[in-house]
Amino acid sequence: MLLDVKDLSVQFSTPDGQVQAVKNVSFTLDQGETLAIVGESGSGKSQTVFAMMGLLAQNGSATGSVLFNGKEILNAPLKALNKVRAAEMAMIFQDPMTSLNPYKRISEQMTEVLMLHKGMSKADATKESIAMLDAVRIPEAKARLRQYPHEFSGGMRQRVMIAMSLLCRPKLLIADEPTTALDVTVQAQIMTLLSEIQREFGTAIILITHDLGVVAGTCRDTLVLYGGQVMEQGDTEGLFATPTHPYTMGLLHAIPRLDQGGDELATIPGNPPNMMNMPKGCPFSPRCSFVETRCATDMPELLVEGGHRRACHRTPQELFA
Amino acid sequence: MSEREILLSVSNLKVTFDVYPSGAMPWTKPRKLKAVDGVDFDLFSGETLGIVGESGCGKSTLARAVARMVPASAGEVLWLGKDLLGMGARDLKAVRSDVQFIFQDPLASLNPRMTVGQIISEPLRTHHPDLSRDDVKARVKDMMEKVGLLPNMINRYPHEFSGGQCQRIGIARALIINPKLIICDEPVSALDVSIQAQVINLLMKLQKELGIALIFIAHDLSVVKHISTRVMVLYLGNVVEVAESKMLYATQRHPYTQALISAVPIPDPKIEKAKKIILLEGDLPSPLSPPSGCVFRTRCPKAQAICAEQRPELEVLDDGHEVACHFHD
Repeated sequence: MLLDVKDLSVQFSTPDGQVQAVKNVSFTLDQGETLAIVGESGSGKSQTVFAMMGLLAQNGSATGSVLFNGKEILNAPLKALNKVRAAEMAMIFQDPMTSLNPYKRISEQMTEVLMLHKGMSKADATKESIAMLDAVRIPEAKARLRQYPHEFSGGMRQRVMIAMSLLCRPKLLIADEPTTALDVTVQAQIMTLLSEIQREFGTAIILITHDLGVVAGTCRDTLVLYGGQVMEQGDTEGLFATPTHPYTMGLLHAIPRLDQGGDELATIPGNPPNMMNMPKGCPFSPRCSFVETRCATDMPELLVEGGHRRACHRTPQELFA
Repeated sequence: MSEREILLSVSNLKVTFDVYPSGAMPWTKPRKLKAVDGVDFDLFSGETLGIVGESGCGKSTLARAVARMVPASAGEVLWLGKDLLGMGARDLKAVRSDVQFIFQDPLASLNPRMTVGQIISEPLRTHHPDLSRDDVKARVKDMMEKVGLLPNMINRYPHEFSGGQCQRIGIARALIINPKLIICDEPVSALDVSIQAQVINLLMKLQKELGIALIFIAHDLSVVKHISTRVMVLYLGNVVEVAESKMLYATQRHPYTQALISAVPIPDPKIEKAKKIILLEGDLPSPLSPPSGCVFRTRCPKAQAICAEQRPELEVLDDGHEVACHFHD
């Protein structure tokens, strides 16, 4: 097992009081596997991985346990964390422009990683960087290495980010909405590239996204978050074919599909939860069409049922009826 | 309702912007950026025309030029047969009460210092100043109910609403003066999936009830296909294909549309795994120096010598598709 996350909770102290962004999230990931974490804005999907990487904002704190290769990395001291980050687990972000340093050439930003983590000489690091830019299909890698980030297009910048994150051959790559800022044709290029990389290098990938279409094509497993808690988890094919949680069902029906017609979209009534005052029980209960009285007060446990892990008081049979 | 009344007729519309290089001197000649480069289309009453394309293809500029929010540099726009581009201020105001806009960012398009009631009633007060205050209030409350807002929220400010609710306010503001056409510029792009579905349903329901025409701009092809009767695909300021939205998924005639459709992920793992994606090479060329001839030729898998020399005209095929390609399917 590469990654074992147990009861991860994240809270932020704000002037208006404590905000619980993530609550008791648990999941595991094996070597070379792909996991999608999906959810709408405010579902806690990004904060979950930020906590794992030690990237929470100043006012945030995390509790629980994150074992990476058997070692505890949650709230680990910076020195220990820096040995793992980049070298063994790397992350790419949504906006490729703001995550590259605009003042430095690509060469500097890439070789720096190798010199720091692998102790390589500048010449070797440069050679390795060029090889990696080739691997992510950037044409004329040698010349482009000398350029600055603004000289690249959005898609190319994301390729540079991917190349940079792969330099130390990490075992785990976390991609936080890697294609949200890109056009669909470029998105297709980047997702194809990520799949190839996963196969070639055997890198495990956690993909964070709100786009269920992207998940369908790339990830073996899917974890659905709502209001900071896990609603449902299972293998992507099964989960998409027969979702067993009211939220997942609603979400899948709410997307217009290119391959299907239809007049009206199924909707989830109401609005996303307000993090400042979450319902005591299931966070989805105010919007759920299968709600019972106990849903408002008791959070259902995450149990294996019907092949998925699901957190719902109602049985799958009741939902399908 | 006369089904095929032409509301809007656009021919050879061009919009160019002057771009000055950094450090330009006062006498430096600007470079011309062709944002919209010769677009033709007709819009019928009660229909929804979807406009899709990637960022920088000119879809927003086109819509703004049609409503005269940016000046067009050439071409003709006829609104119910009258020339819109050469129209004087008074006539234009009359047209503007028939053409309304809904914008992408729901919060940014509402004045934070105005109450919801003031925001929604503003078009009414502008175009019908003779209405009494009670009449205005009654119509605003009526409209709020129609778009799914509680009428007792009339005195609240935009920041008290969620993104989806703000977009409903924007829709109410657009509808209050009974327009004939609403131009929606990425109205659901900033919303979460579950909220997006609510807003799409609302727009479609209101359109059916009121018989308004929509121009619906979005980069999300699935959304556009769902809501539109016809879909127009833009690439670098040029129309490459126009088709009935029902036919678009089954048959695309232009290589760019084919690549675009194949790149749209479908939330079904079985279909996704079996699908063959046509990956386009490289990136969108700069609109400052678009390729000669066909603008798509630099990334087109079918490109040949003639594509560099001659710009393909939009031709109507026998199945109703309109396509601009020398080697279309």
